[in-house]
Amino acid sequence: MGQQIYFEDVNEGMELPIAVRNPTPRQLVQYAGASGDFYEIHYDRNFAQSTGLKDIIIHGALKNAMLGAYVTGWAGPAGELRRLTVQYRGMDYPDEPITAKGHVTRVYQEGSLNLVDCTIWLENPQGQQTTPGTATVALPTRH
Amino acid sequence: MSSLSFTLTDEMRDQTIGVESEPTAMTIEQGHIARFAEAIGDDNPAYTIGTPETGGIIAPPTFLRAMRGIRPILPFDAPFTRLLDGGSDWEYFDHVRPGDTITAVGRIEDIRERTGSIGQMLISTIKITYRNQSDVIVATQTSTSIRY
Repeated sequence: MGQQIYFEDVNEGMELPIAVRNPTPRQLVQYAGASGDFYEIHYDRNFAQSTGLKDIIIHGALKNAMLGAYVTGWAGPAGELRRLTVQYRGMDYPDEPITAKGHVTRVYQEGSLNLVDCTIWLENPQGQQTTPGTATVALPTRH
Repeated sequence: MSSLSFTLTDEMRDQTIGVESEPTAMTIEQGHIARFAEAIGDDNPAYTIGTPETGGIIAPPTFLRAMRGIRPILPFDAPFTRLLDGGSDWEYFDHVRPGDTITAVGRIEDIRERTGSIGQMLISTIKITYRNQSDVIVATQTSTSIRY
């Protein structure tokens, strides 16, 4: 598991480390089984192409989950995700690298919580932001 | 592209906003959480063995997507056959753990009509509230659906 990041170490504009994932058709089938979303456009190429898609596409909800994993990984074991938003703007395909990026937009306190807002997104190999989002995490302090 | 003559009237809008789905319940299984975490490619031990910080096993943030059938039924007929998921806004209030029984209800918060590149669209905003067996709201998910 990653190291803990503390509230004192974070500042506005700070970039989250880039993460590259390579979803496979196998992973889409795993996700279909685990989530119960068996829409055929995610694993049946003939079906996907019959609907006008060029190939099977990654579930939007899986991309949402990938962004959740990205930001909770950054927030570390004691970080807590408070909010996660995601918009599906473009299709993504398996067997292509998908890159998660982000930066900190706001560092603030609310009641007893030490909060950090981030802009996060997934990028396709062409560099297009197919899946933009935001996250708010509560981070621990050093004291 | 379809040439539909569909109009969302103010009356239809008024009778749609506030419509809720039937409650759906799911008891959370440890093995299901582990399979879900594996499927999303997240090796965080909080989802498999638990950590001191989480005080045991918890579910990943979007695990509640595995609850199905939460979409409220529109109280009118709409001539659209396709459905797109536009995105989600999740708020988290408490952890979901193995053994919890989560009850979900979806509520239509907004509905509007628009014409775009794919033709006429019906865009609805649905807020799902997830409560645990102690009636504590663990999360809400506000999703945008596009019918066209």
